[in-house]
Amino acid sequence: MEFPLDLSGSAYRDVPFEEKERLLDEVKSDLRFQDVMYGCYECGICVAACPSARFYDFSPRVIAQAVAREDADLVYTLMNDSIWDCSQCFSCDRCPRANSPGGLITIMREVAVNNALQTARKALEGYERIIYKIMSTGTQVSPDMLQPDAFPDWGTHVHEIADNLEIWRRALPPETLHTTETGWSIDDKTIIELYLIWHMTGVMDMIKGVDEGLFMILVDVMEERLEEAGYDVEFE
Amino acid sequence: MSDFIPLDVINGGARGRKFEWDTARAPTEDYHDAVLQLEKEGEWEVQRVPEPYIEVNTRYGRVKRIPIERTWHHKSCGQCGHIPGYSTSIYWLNRKLGLDYLDPKDQTSCTAWNYYASATSNPAAQASVAMRNFAAAAETDYFPIIHCGTSFGHYKEVRHELIHHHELRRKVRDVLSRLGKKLVMPEEIVHYSEWVHVMRHRFAELQTIDMSHITATVHPACHYHKLEAEDAIYDPEIYGAQRTAVITGTLQAIGVNVADYSSWYDCCGFGFRHILVSRDFSRSFAVQRKIEVMKEEVNPDVTVTHDTGCVTTLDQSQFAGQAHDRKVGIPVMSDSQMAALAMGAHPYKVLQLHWHNTNNKPFLEKLGIDQAQKWAEFEAACDKLKSGEKKYLTWEDADA
Ligand code: SF4
Ligand code: SF4
Repeated sequence: MEFPLDLSGSAYRDVPFEEKERLLDEVKSDLRFQDVMYGCYECGICVAACPSARFYDFSPRVIAQAVAREDADLVYTLMNDSIWDCSQCFSCDRCPRANSPGGLITIMREVAVNNALQTARKALEGYERIIYKIMSTGTQVSPDMLQPDAFPDWGTHVHEIADNLEIWRRALPPETLHTTETGWSIDDKTIIELYLIWHMTGVMDMIKGVDEGLFMILVDVMEERLEEAGYDVEFE
Repeated sequence: MSDFIPLDVINGGARGRKFEWDTARAPTEDYHDAVLQLEKEGEWEVQRVPEPYIEVNTRYGRVKRIPIERTWHHKSCGQCGHIPGYSTSIYWLNRKLGLDYLDPKDQTSCTAWNYYASATSNPAAQASVAMRNFAAAAETDYFPIIHCGTSFGHYKEVRHELIHHHELRRKVRDVLSRLGKKLVMPEEIVHYSEWVHVMRHRFAELQTIDMSHITATVHPACHYHKLEAEDAIYDPEIYGAQRTAVITGTLQAIGVNVADYSSWYDCCGFGFRHILVSRDFSRSFAVQRKIEVMKEEVNPDVTVTHDTGCVTTLDQSQFAGQAHDRKVGIPVMSDSQMAALAMGAHPYKVLQLHWHNTNNKPFLEKLGIDQAQKWAEFEAACDKLKSGEKKYLTWEDADA
């Protein structure tokens, strides 16, 4: 995020070392950890394959190395200032040590979200509408998002789609794709099942930590639909 | 056109080296064994690939079964929202061959775009979403076929996690049982481009548009061939099995000249959160590391890929590149769209190319297609929708 990336840790000197260790332990205790981190040769092969390393002051080697050495100070700095630059492409899965730095970063991001770190809140700024869409409709992007103000860098073509959206969506043979608010039509029963999954797996707690406002909006939508379907579910 | 690396160099090189499989040397476990063992132990049911199927090899020579029909189409949130011709072409190909398939409404997205972008999820939620969709497919007795590269890769990750972590299995089984669903793992997790790949010779038999004067580059989707990498199709006859065989095999079957380029392994720049909130990265990477490299080294007529995010990023990013006088201007399509086009599908009613950004008219004209005429036909069809004469474009209209 910052250029150049400050790895000195000076920005986080006031954070107690025990807190940094606690977060590192949370990363290490994730069930996926053993599949993504074996150690690190510090060979840099992951960096050579990494798209984000070409454009940011970002290095999967530094991240893997810090975790392999259990350097809680450095891991804390990286968790705050670096991990959100990753593109999650998994090009780094070619690691000769059989690590997945990208998979490690997925876990570190989740720990950042679970602990409501400021970095997670900041990284997700502007992203709320997408989380809202996926959690409430079960599809991530929708045709009606193709509006010129949302995609100014895609040019006049987006104007044309926005102007013709309703007709162009009906000018599609597969019946499930006619909708403009979701990628395809989804059964009510399916959406209810999705909400129950969010409820049973604690996802809403994660949202609450990073975006209380979004949490409230989602809870309203979900509780109402669940109640209509005969479920007495509370997310708080 | 500049010289580009001919495929036979990769296929064996000057020494005529020939790649041969040796499954005994595979560095990874065979997921088939684990999936079937867990079935024996009563941990889950396994939905078998319906017959008839076609067997292909994956990265280390293991055999993967790809169903021909009775497929349950797991759609992709990006493709259906922004490039609907991607999936419409898949269905059109099925219909053209008279194959039985199901386009379900009892399907959510895999939600992995959000998982990789925002991390506001966790393994239990992701596995529950995947297994809910798989259970829904099994209930219909149709076999899941996954349209999106990320859904495909992520579901393979989920399979790996469920195989190796019994506590996760228990948790997900509990979630599913509360939804009234069983834990069902498909015998294979199949990407649509694998189906296109195994059907490619049948498409070629029905080809009506000559493509032998067309040069294409291929972008294999990261989440297709890098995530759980052993479960992607390879073929010694295609790049000497040093690249995945999907897309390239299909293009070669319909006569397209496929050209290699030096940044083939690079991602498209999608980045999950980047395409939404750090778009400068996506634009720059797509233009500078992919499109410009293809343009300089190959100057192809088209570039072909097999994932939602890749089509979108490679295509849409070229607008900004053009504004900055970069070397851009390569139409982007999926392998399903290319196969359908070769078989005479309508470029707008079926391929829905008006949703794509980069100018594809010269490409259509090069194929001998009267682009202006085709667009007029599409507009006439839209006029009927506007006047209320018809509510939707039907498959019959699409082929009229
Ligand atoms: S994570 Fe792997 S590829 Fe990267 S430096 Fe360490 S050993 Fe090398
Ligand atoms: S997953 Fe992240 S760290 Fe790995 S290569 Fe991609 S951008 Fe780099």
